[in-house]
Amino acid sequence: MSQHVFLSHRDSQRLFDALDRAGYQAQAPQPKDGALVFSPIRQASDLPWGQHDTQRPGHYRLSQDDSPRAFAWANGPQALKPQLFAPSEPLWQVARDADGKLRFQACAPKPQKRALIGVRPCDLAALAIHDAHFLGGERDGHYAARREGLLLVAVNCSHPAQTCFCVSTGDGPAAKEDSGYDLLLDELDDGFVIRAGSGAGEQLLAGLALEAATPGQLASAKGQQHQATQGQLRHLPDNMASALPNQMTHPQWDKVAERCLACGNCTAVCPTCFCHSEREQPALDGASSEHLREWDSCFSSGHSYLHGHLVRESGAQRYRQWLMHKLAWWPEQFGRIGCVGCGRCISWCPVGIDISAEAHLLCQGGEA
Amino acid sequence: MKMKPTVAVHKFSSCDGCQLAFLNAGEALVTLAGLVDIVHFAEAGYLDEEAKVDIAFIEGSVSTPHELERIKTIRENSAMVITIGACATSGGLQALRNMHDKDQWVEGVYALPEYIELLEDSRPISEFVKVDLELWGCPINTRQVVAAVRALLFGVLPVDEHDKVCQECKRQQHVCVMVAKDEPCMGPVTRTGCGAICPSVGRDCYACYGPAELPNTGAMARRLEGLGLTSEAIAQRFLFINNHAEAFREEAIKWQEQGQ
Repeated sequence: MSQHVFLSHRDSQRLFDALDRAGYQAQAPQPKDGALVFSPIRQASDLPWGQHDTQRPGHYRLSQDDSPRAFAWANGPQALKPQLFAPSEPLWQVARDADGKLRFQACAPKPQKRALIGVRPCDLAALAIHDAHFLGGERDGHYAARREGLLLVAVNCSHPAQTCFCVSTGDGPAAKEDSGYDLLLDELDDGFVIRAGSGAGEQLLAGLALEAATPGQLASAKGQQHQATQGQLRHLPDNMASALPNQMTHPQWDKVAERCLACGNCTAVCPTCFCHSEREQPALDGASSEHLREWDSCFSSGHSYLHGHLVRESGAQRYRQWLMHKLAWWPEQFGRIGCVGCGRCISWCPVGIDISAEAHLLCQGGEA
Repeated sequence: MKMKPTVAVHKFSSCDGCQLAFLNAGEALVTLAGLVDIVHFAEAGYLDEEAKVDIAFIEGSVSTPHELERIKTIRENSAMVITIGACATSGGLQALRNMHDKDQWVEGVYALPEYIELLEDSRPISEFVKVDLELWGCPINTRQVVAAVRALLFGVLPVDEHDKVCQECKRQQHVCVMVAKDEPCMGPVTRTGCGAICPSVGRDCYACYGPAELPNTGAMARRLEGLGLTSEAIAQRFLFINNHAEAFREEAIKWQEQGQ
């Protein structure tokens, strides 16, 4: 196990310089349009110092105070998903050559060395699911290319939002040993306790030549992890695995559909949702075309349109598909539920539908 | 050599803005002119209103007795009729008069109202003749026209873009203006196609592309109420551009009645 070292806030630029020297383009969450979103960063001073998020169902607000911390917030609307599974990208192009023959060309992105700073434990858990989906079995070249050059600087959560429930999914607020980070940070008031989780992380830390973290610092980090665990208000039902699969005809589906806009915002911010559609985008002259892959959602009609028949016409059916896939059917596919407890679908639902509350209502009455 | 398909662009009651999707197309307009024969397009200088064509694009609503006659003739003369924009597909802004005393409005607007001859309502083209494809939007954009023409030239039906604006907005990774700023954004019930223009500049969508597929207007309206909008303001959010579209009109009427 790697040793814990300490990087003071005052010296935090050294980490950025080390990433720069190692050839990484760094990105970190920064305030933009009222939320923390991943943006390019070179200076530690551009970290979201003093930023806090207030999240409730259908509500997200940033505020700033003189807190000495850069990660005193839970999360923004994006996890790692948009970084790896592009919202819209061409898979291939086709053009007619001089002889009138069709020539196909793949358009895979080039691997790039990118460092993402401020990755949350729930994001790492979601990444592991996406890795299994996109790289296990049939390998997705586009995802693989973006994944290849990625360095993950994770930060354990000290300030979970009211919408967070990663404790109940087992994915946070502290990252697990083998969860795939290169560096893992615990932020204290005066700096970061850091440890490496990979060879690349070890190398970076070696270059920084930092002092070992003191027992007091380690205790503080543990203490705030415990506090973050205690502070979570939401959780999934304990009897979900046995009770939920039997609830396909529960009256709650119709009730939630009265509120659900079927807008798909939940699926777009969900770090584990991977549904997409593909379409052709031909040039007007008909001589060439791009084949696009775009994020789709089980809340769109196209998602269940088969041979002239719409399988899931109603909002109730679409919401049921989403929740049941995540919480009831996913274990068969991936060996775990498809929810990492990040709470994004709760905050970013325009009408504030709460997946954890819905799951409780559905599981009431137990094993029907 | 195979004959090029013939195209007409007809104008009814409208602001001419949707025709600009052709005229502002830039290079695509040159390409288009090589692919089809434009035989009638008054704003571009081609005049042959009675021509028989393969594709007739219709801008504007049917608001006058003369327009009612014209649309019937155009339908007879056209293999395919495609409406462009909110006026032609849902009656447009001018359909607001359908819910009011139109004579009073005409007297208020025109100096010599006796010269204005109107049907009782401003109505979309599809209420009078069969429409083969509707392109929604106020105004529509070049991308929509190009996609429709290209699909027809390939001999396939153009894709009906009826998903919600939110889907495109999220693909572009805009921060939700409703959740982060309490803006009364209509994206969750509004048809995509615009490219999520308003949220991209931090504004709320005002539903100019009309109702999306499966629009939960009731839930949308209650959310607007939660944001502090009055019954009248909620009705206006639905009525503004596509007031004659059934899903929006019905929801608006509920809130208007509640406000009285």
